[in-house]
Amino acid sequence: MKKFLLSLLVIVSIFTANWVAAAADLEVNTPAISALKASMQARHSQLGPFYSSGAVGLTKDAFIAIKDATAVPLKDRGGFNSLVSAENADRTNLYKEIATANGHPEWQGDIQNTFAGRWIDKAQSGWFYQSGGGWVKK
Amino acid sequence: MKNTTTKKWIISLSMVAILPACVTINIYFPAAAAEKAADKIIDEVWQLKQGQDAPADKPVEPTPADAPTDAPAK
Repeated sequence: MKKFLLSLLVIVSIFTANWVAAAADLEVNTPAISALKASMQARHSQLGPFYSSGAVGLTKDAFIAIKDATAVPLKDRGGFNSLVSAENADRTNLYKEIATANGHPEWQGDIQNTFAGRWIDKAQSGWFYQSGGGWVKK
Repeated sequence: MKNTTTKKWIISLSMVAILPACVTINIYFPAAAAEKAADKIIDEVWQLKQGQDAPADKPVEPTPADAPTDAPAK
């Protein structure tokens, strides 16, 4: 019986240790996540002016959306749409990759919600974000 | 003989009760850790906090330079 209790204790402590380690930090240093970050970082130099002009805004579900396409110069409009879709595709993959890298694909939605708040929090003033039913200028 | 059977039952029942409990704890979403991770990633993507822990080699824009920054005709 003593031996049994001991092994039980070992099993419980292993699980607890795992849990504590998992709670401390999320794994975000996988090659897939780094690649997505690099791609989004490169794209941001193009998207930056569009945030400032109000052509795009941050949505409440952690994506970006076209807010006012007329703010985009005519010559840039074709590329502008694909820029926005490419950014949203990267964001979807980013949320998914973080969830799977941590062994919990079902966390994707929670991670996305977390990002939604953080993108808006860190946005520069003058950028637009979705709140309630409409756009708000930060 | 009977004693061994009872013991086996106790062991299996405890396992059944304890293992899922541990797994349940493990699936709670770590909100604070997620915020921290999100902040780190957003800082990198938007290149905030430069000079702190920004990577030294910034990726150069891969697309051909069709800079939209030409002065618009007003």
